[in-house]
Amino acid sequence: MTVLDVSDLEVYYETEAGPAKAVDGISFSIEEGENLGIVGESGCGKTTLAKAIIGILPDEGYVNNGSIEFNDTDLTELPDAQRRRYKWEEISMIAQSAMNALDPVYTIREQIVEAVETHRPGTGRTEANEIVAEMFDLVGLDAARADDYPHQFSGGMRQRAMIAMALALKPSLVLADEPTTALDVIMQDQILKRIGRIQTEINSSMMVITHDVSVVAETCDRVIVMYAGKIAEEGPVEEIFGRPYHPYTIGLKRAFPNIRKSDQDLLSIAGYPPELVDPPSGCRFAERCPLATDECREFEPPAHHNNGLRSYCHRADEIDDGFRDRADTAETWADTDAARAIDALAEGGD
Amino acid sequence: MSLNTPMDDETLLEVRNLEKHFQVDEGIISSLLRSVTGAEADYVHAVDGVSFDLKRGETLGLAGESGCGKTTTGMSLVKLHEPTDGSIRFRGRDLTEADDDELAQFRQNAQMIFQDPFESLNPRMTVYDTIAEPLRIHDVRNETARVRRALEFAELQPPDQYFNQYPHELSGGQRQRVAIARALVLDPDFIVADEPVSMLDVSLRAGVLSLMERMTEEFDLSVVYISHDLSLLRHMCDRLAIMYMGKIVEKGPTEDVIENPQHPYTRSLINAVPVPDPGIGRERVELGGEVGDAIDVPSGCRFHGRCSEYIGDICETEEPPLEGKADFEGRQEVACHLYEPADDVVEARVGETTDTGDDSAASADD
Repeated sequence: MTVLDVSDLEVYYETEAGPAKAVDGISFSIEEGENLGIVGESGCGKTTLAKAIIGILPDEGYVNNGSIEFNDTDLTELPDAQRRRYKWEEISMIAQSAMNALDPVYTIREQIVEAVETHRPGTGRTEANEIVAEMFDLVGLDAARADDYPHQFSGGMRQRAMIAMALALKPSLVLADEPTTALDVIMQDQILKRIGRIQTEINSSMMVITHDVSVVAETCDRVIVMYAGKIAEEGPVEEIFGRPYHPYTIGLKRAFPNIRKSDQDLLSIAGYPPELVDPPSGCRFAERCPLATDECREFEPPAHHNNGLRSYCHRADEIDDGFRDRADTAETWADTDAARAIDALAEGGD
Repeated sequence: MSLNTPMDDETLLEVRNLEKHFQVDEGIISSLLRSVTGAEADYVHAVDGVSFDLKRGETLGLAGESGCGKTTTGMSLVKLHEPTDGSIRFRGRDLTEADDDELAQFRQNAQMIFQDPFESLNPRMTVYDTIAEPLRIHDVRNETARVRRALEFAELQPPDQYFNQYPHELSGGQRQRVAIARALVLDPDFIVADEPVSMLDVSLRAGVLSLMERMTEEFDLSVVYISHDLSLLRHMCDRLAIMYMGKIVEKGPTEDVIENPQHPYTRSLINAVPVPDPGIGRERVELGGEVGDAIDVPSGCRFHGRCSEYIGDICETEEPPLEGKADFEGRQEVACHLYEPADDVVEARVGETTDTGDDSAASADD
């Protein structure tokens, strides 16, 4: 069953220079019990996408077009009052910084109980406390610590408390925005395992938003790679990491050191994503892409389908003809418009 | 300090039994009570006996969980903290005994790159002033030429274009490059880099890391990298030291430590690192709990409460020394009772008991 179906979604931010197209025509769906990863660099629109789905866009942000269907109800059509009912009850969010997301002047118990009572009026205190105990057990916290304040918890414990709160109402969709980025590896490992276990228990679907391709590789079934407000590539996690067809995915993967490999050169993709108020007409990655042609610079790429992947690249069909090997060398990535522009600037300065 | 330590030009930095303890903040009442009762103040044992050598041109990675003391160690190395005990010798000169001139010279030679370029740069200083400031402090000439060269090296080109910019006008990657240019402008020999890329966006990390690799090579720098990210340290470092609760538990060549980890803690740490490849299943032994507080440090091995290889009372009563071991192939030193000390360690120890009784010399050299 499809839990979430997003189609042609456009989310814009009002700026002085005009609307910035943070999310620009994105379509995807999440099935029941499925984990979808969203990866991309800062500013690619991944967090905006999550905020639009749960309905917490800032004042200057708005849905310009498209629909967000949650269990066959289009959330974008709902008035605020009705929409609010979905928040936490059906769709919840684990924020990146638990310190900012938890209220410092209330104990953890008070905050979870408040969420439960707001959404399920009539819930007795005993029942609410049972939920607190159950959730603390689920995330591996000592229930006796529920009466502590957030500052009495360590970073990892706060993140667990945040997860306990997000799951207290057993939502069918959990949006996890960089759930472990602020933590060290050991804590990250504990929490990722915990999230997986809980999910099977309450059978919720999850959208994991992160810049860390390793986290996605380990927790998700399917992955969307976003670039400058658009989907670059989407597909099963094994294919995205095994045989991607978009040059951006290939480059992104090579930018990470892998503990299992010695002596690998890290490759950087020269340049920056385009600005979103007036994005370039063709493929948004063209400037930083070693395969870019005039066609790429002018026309938006259509979707190419290979092995369950959806790859928005004009030259996706040529990726198998040796590009994968060439993509392992720094020379390949020096041969882009962005890299040439940087070189020209440097020479101009001498 | 032991005089049998080799003193060739190669070894830039010798750290022996470095300790840094912080007194726990207490309220005025408990402080008064303590003065009446005569009770001892509580101390956080952030760094509690760390020894290592750093050779010229060598890169050493300090790894461990949050709170293991790796950052405090790094800050003590460049004299941002005054160590509680132990010694740091730079080019053979003990810094605790150094006079003001020698210290000034040391500070010129030792620089630090911080984690967060959004906080480590003064928002009210231009890029030019930020980089020129160390030159002014140390009264170095050719200011403009040196600033320009540092910016060029950090790939901020053309340099003059950046002179009058303020940190808020720069991206995170550019800011960290300014921080690197500032660290390099005095031509140091030694740099401590504390999580240099963890605040940067993915696509920018590789660029800053390759810049740092180039910097190490071209300036023949010795660098201590501090990070919890072992994938990054494996990529950047010749040697690794794994820290737990203020102590080094395993130390040796990076390949040996990563490919063939011996200390149970090192194994858990390596196993916890996610791999960007869904095909590779990794052994997932969960390490429960967190680093305890370093005020009442556990007796014996500090890891015994979380250790999966706990072998009995000895773990709780006797502190395992960091030493070469006889039971495995790797060249690393390990502080764990699971292994028997290597033959040369045993011999050295016999020699010592008759000799000076200094226990650091045996375990310190790699």
